[in-house]
Amino acid sequence: MNIKDRIKSHILDTPPSGIRKYFDLINEMKDAISLGIGEPDFETPWTIREEGIYSLEKGKTFYSSNAGFIELREEIAKYMARKYNLSYDPASEILVTVGGSEAIDIALRTFAGSGDEVIIPEPSFVAYKGCVMFCGATPVPLELKAEHRFRIQPEQLEECITDRTVAVIIAYPNNPTGATMDYEDYARIVEVLRDKDIIVISDELYAELNYKGKHVSIAQFPEMKGKTIVINGFSKAFAMTGWRIGFACGHPDALEQMKKIHQYAIMCSPTTAQFAAIEALRNGEPEVRRMVDEYNKRRRVMHDGFNKLGLDCFEPFGAFYCFPDIRSTGLSSDEFCERLLIEEKVLTVPGNAFGACGEGFVRATYATSIENIREALVRIARFVERVR
Amino acid sequence: MRQEILDILRKNSRISDEELAIMLDTDVESVKAVIKDMEDKGIITGYKTLIDWEKAEENVVTAYIEVRVTPQRGQGFDKVAERIYQYPQVTACSLMSGGFDLFVVVEGKTMKEVALFVAEKLATIDSVLSTSTHFVLKNYKDNGVIFSRARKDEREAVVL
Ligand SMILES: Cc1ncc(COP(=O)(O)O)c(C=O)c1O
Repeated sequence: MNIKDRIKSHILDTPPSGIRKYFDLINEMKDAISLGIGEPDFETPWTIREEGIYSLEKGKTFYSSNAGFIELREEIAKYMARKYNLSYDPASEILVTVGGSEAIDIALRTFAGSGDEVIIPEPSFVAYKGCVMFCGATPVPLELKAEHRFRIQPEQLEECITDRTVAVIIAYPNNPTGATMDYEDYARIVEVLRDKDIIVISDELYAELNYKGKHVSIAQFPEMKGKTIVINGFSKAFAMTGWRIGFACGHPDALEQMKKIHQYAIMCSPTTAQFAAIEALRNGEPEVRRMVDEYNKRRRVMHDGFNKLGLDCFEPFGAFYCFPDIRSTGLSSDEFCERLLIEEKVLTVPGNAFGACGEGFVRATYATSIENIREALVRIARFVERVR
Repeated sequence: MRQEILDILRKNSRISDEELAIMLDTDVESVKAVIKDMEDKGIITGYKTLIDWEKAEENVVTAYIEVRVTPQRGQGFDKVAERIYQYPQVTACSLMSGGFDLFVVVEGKTMKEVALFVAEKLATIDSVLSTSTHFVLKNYKDNGVIFSRARKDEREAVVL
């Protein structure tokens, strides 16, 4: 038997991430600067780590209830109310997951299946497309445009919707573009979605990393709340990527079914992480502000740097990414990233790794020290001058 | 903007005015003006470098000294503090609440040098009642900077 013949075609057909090959290259390099990794460079704040350690010392090593400790769900409910003016019942409308990643997966599995279409605005975080395909559903790309600063336009959304559309994924602040959407931007797409039986999966992992005004969630529109699954987590906001914890909020009937998948596939989120997450929500706020202030300064340095090099970059107000247009170099995204890595040892990620319409752009993250950003900009300047 | 500039400078005083302007989304002239104003007003009193002397392999001995004094009529503690902080060996001097009065930081090349300074200069001042000297053996963290631990980027390649 050839085991490969036994593998389901919709798994085989899902392309691996385009980011991978660059990481293999950089691992062999000395003095390389990575602007490639989409995770905070901060360690988890000590007060949060300490709470995780304390729970282990106390021998709190048992499963929690499937949905997560009620204390944590209560803190999440308070947090969502305090921060985003959204009210969810801790008992029936909140599920603690293994990162936002699991929440995305189980939300899609709950609502999408063979024959269904899920709209994914691209360039996008790489997992959505894969998760949609694993459900046997068809991902339908909505091509976001630099001229719109990568915000969803109502006409674009309208064009993508068919009889088979079951869900649309909305993800702001955005990975990879750093784009955000204001209340007015949402209001315009709510017009389109209001009367349609389409689920919104709103990935708000970067909600805290908003450098201009307040984060807006589409669930804040009363007509949308009941059909929106809000996904959030601790990875980006509290620098807790390795703990693997996040959560989903939404209508109790939906959450009940998502919980079923979660309980059979996962049991419950890591409890050490749950204890730490309680502390994060109770006392982590000042640390979040400290990190956000720091990202904000780096953001301005990087954004200013790219524009001075003639790599046009709209001002990204969210997450920790810049998404400059590199077409003026005459290189494709892949060529740009590969040559920049080999010739100047700076890792960026080609925009087309996030969807075909990302071609002509690269993603650079400022989740790295200001010294690294400074040095990387010097190297990129040298490179750009050479290739132009 | 003052507070924001101070927040940045207290962590890195070598940062250029140009970069400060970019970070704070303003222009260089405003940054220069605000800094100049704070220097003039004595809000910013100097720019120093944090040094791990152990790594520099220079001999620097630091002692924290608790000093108990009798305050003087009409002048309180200020007069005696002034007599103490004028010595170049004294790098810091503060009036404290609690079990003693003045907290004095003294730097020297050797323990003996510091001990002699305390014995000969500090302890002999008229209003000084007693001194208690604590030598620093190792600095773990100073001015918000952790010394002992070299931070390296341990993030692994992950698909996201
Ligand atoms: C947009 C977006 N959503 C979700 C995730 C997953 O985060 P986690 O599973 O760590 O909560 C990421 C991680 O990079 C992301 O960029």
